[in-house]
Amino acid sequence: MVNGSTGNGLAIDVRGLTKKYGQLVAVDGISFEVNKGEFFGFLGPNGAGKTTTIRMLTGIISKSGGEARVMGYPAGSIDSKQISGVVPEQSNVYMDLTAWRNLMLTAELYRIPSSEAKMRAENLLKQLGLYERKDSPAKEYSMGMRKRLLLAVALISDPQIVFLDEPTSGLDVQSARFIRGLLRDFRQGGKTFFLTTHNMSEAAEMCNRVAIINRGKLVALDTPENLRITAGKVSLIDISFDMSVSDEALKAIPGVIRVESSQAIDTAERMKATAAMGGMGPGKMGPGMRGPGMAGRQGMGMPQAEPTEAGEKKPPSNRFRLHTEDTGEVITSLVDFSRANSLKMNILNVNPPSLEDAFVMLTGEAKREK
Amino acid sequence: MKNRVLDQMIRSIAIVKKDVMIYYSKGPVVLMGVLWPAIMFISFAFGRGMAIENLMPGLIGVSVFFTCSAIAPVAFPWETAQRTLERLVSAPVAIWTILFGDMLASALVGIIISIVPILIAIGFGVTFTSPLVLACAIIVGSICFATMSLLLSVAPVSGPQYTQMLSTLIKFPLMFISGVFIPLSNLPAAARAISFISPLTYFTDIARYATGHGSYMPLYVDFLAIIAFTFVFWVVAVKLHNRTLPLRV
Repeated sequence: MVNGSTGNGLAIDVRGLTKKYGQLVAVDGISFEVNKGEFFGFLGPNGAGKTTTIRMLTGIISKSGGEARVMGYPAGSIDSKQISGVVPEQSNVYMDLTAWRNLMLTAELYRIPSSEAKMRAENLLKQLGLYERKDSPAKEYSMGMRKRLLLAVALISDPQIVFLDEPTSGLDVQSARFIRGLLRDFRQGGKTFFLTTHNMSEAAEMCNRVAIINRGKLVALDTPENLRITAGKVSLIDISFDMSVSDEALKAIPGVIRVESSQAIDTAERMKATAAMGGMGPGKMGPGMRGPGMAGRQGMGMPQAEPTEAGEKKPPSNRFRLHTEDTGEVITSLVDFSRANSLKMNILNVNPPSLEDAFVMLTGEAKREK
Repeated sequence: MKNRVLDQMIRSIAIVKKDVMIYYSKGPVVLMGVLWPAIMFISFAFGRGMAIENLMPGLIGVSVFFTCSAIAPVAFPWETAQRTLERLVSAPVAIWTILFGDMLASALVGIIISIVPILIAIGFGVTFTSPLVLACAIIVGSICFATMSLLLSVAPVSGPQYTQMLSTLIKFPLMFISGVFIPLSNLPAAARAISFISPLTYFTDIARYATGHGSYMPLYVDFLAIIAFTFVFWVVAVKLHNRTLPLRV
């Protein structure tokens, strides 16, 4: 397939791309490049401009300003559409048509010769586990099957670039894994993939590079690894004790920057434990701690809630996520803290910053700047 | 440029096939296509005692007119709601290609359905003195009415009920002003003047000629008028759909 590339090795070249809806600027002059053969992630919170961008690149909507080229062709032109495949977030196959007819229709729209189209359709449907149901109308398919059919429809023209808009959203874990596995397989063929997703682990796993868009503006563009580093030197320590502990006690440990407690899970577990103990239990008490024993004194079988800064009652917890820049020091202190208070550590996990942390930090910062 | 146009016209055949499979091959649509001329025939021939040879040209006209303009106004909002229009827009086809495919499908079905009133006419002893002229009229008339129906689907709504209402509001008055069941020569002058704004008038005039009753206008005027209507409908439909389609997706 001949393309309009100027030989610069770019699959997508976006310069100052803008989309306005009246006064609302949905996409605000973004610029980025995607290399041929790259798996490029485009991340952002809801309403950030991801889908608007993908719709401009695939020619579904027109741009308000800037320039975008796909394989050297103006985005949205017939030429750029001819070499692109699109997997939209919401199913848009013809529900009354069978999987086979949907594929044949798409092949005819792309002018794929009939014999070639049949061969590709058969291979794709087998690869995607839909061949046995090829003669069933799409309306009889489950959501996972429809997503697979969308993928088949996008790939029937053997496109050079595939746009994937939340391809695993709404799927169960197994179906999402299956789709990701397929995408990895198709990636071997040298195609370029442009993926929008909410799923950070998916982006970290699949993408060579990711761009993060927030409120219509690009706030970061790098490899997932580099973005994790950008997220800072802060590590996260997940810890669970056999008893409830107050946030303040943990905040007092040297090196701890921030403490998050899993209130909801903790409350549910305490409720179960209390019910099992008949509302009473021996309490091991230490500084800053609230145990079942204390709760027993209240005759409720529940630990006492502590007042928060806002004056609300905040129930203590036994699971925490600690943010620290000095992991070793904090772990040592946690061991000392546990011994001093006769606590048992059930879980102790140290997590480096994830892409999700980078995402939250970057989109959060953009929000604050705004 | 010529190659590009031809390329897009070939792609529009996929749209034709899709329309036939999704809309026109559905049981109720086929049944309606067959029943509509039959019901019209019964109500006018037996209900109002109209002479069959006077009735048939108008019946052929009304059958073709209503069949060709039945689906396109519904298809666009339906496909908007189902998001399948978005699929077509992201495919390498121009907006006019989608319209051309929809028009061809409607015209094709109109041509096929025209067989029903023709068979009724033959069954009741009506003789077609110029069958070739009638065949040509059915082809150009079907294309004209199908193109007109594209205009009825221009409004960027996602509910077929809105365009259906608009379509009914336009189609029925057009039928009544077109001298369908009364020859143009028998119409009062004012009514005859109004009838010239409807393409159905010219089609019925040709159909009347084909059944040996003679036409009010020269045949070439009828054909040229239908072709001119088609051209204007097409240009306006493409222009308006180019404007409204981005509002649908």
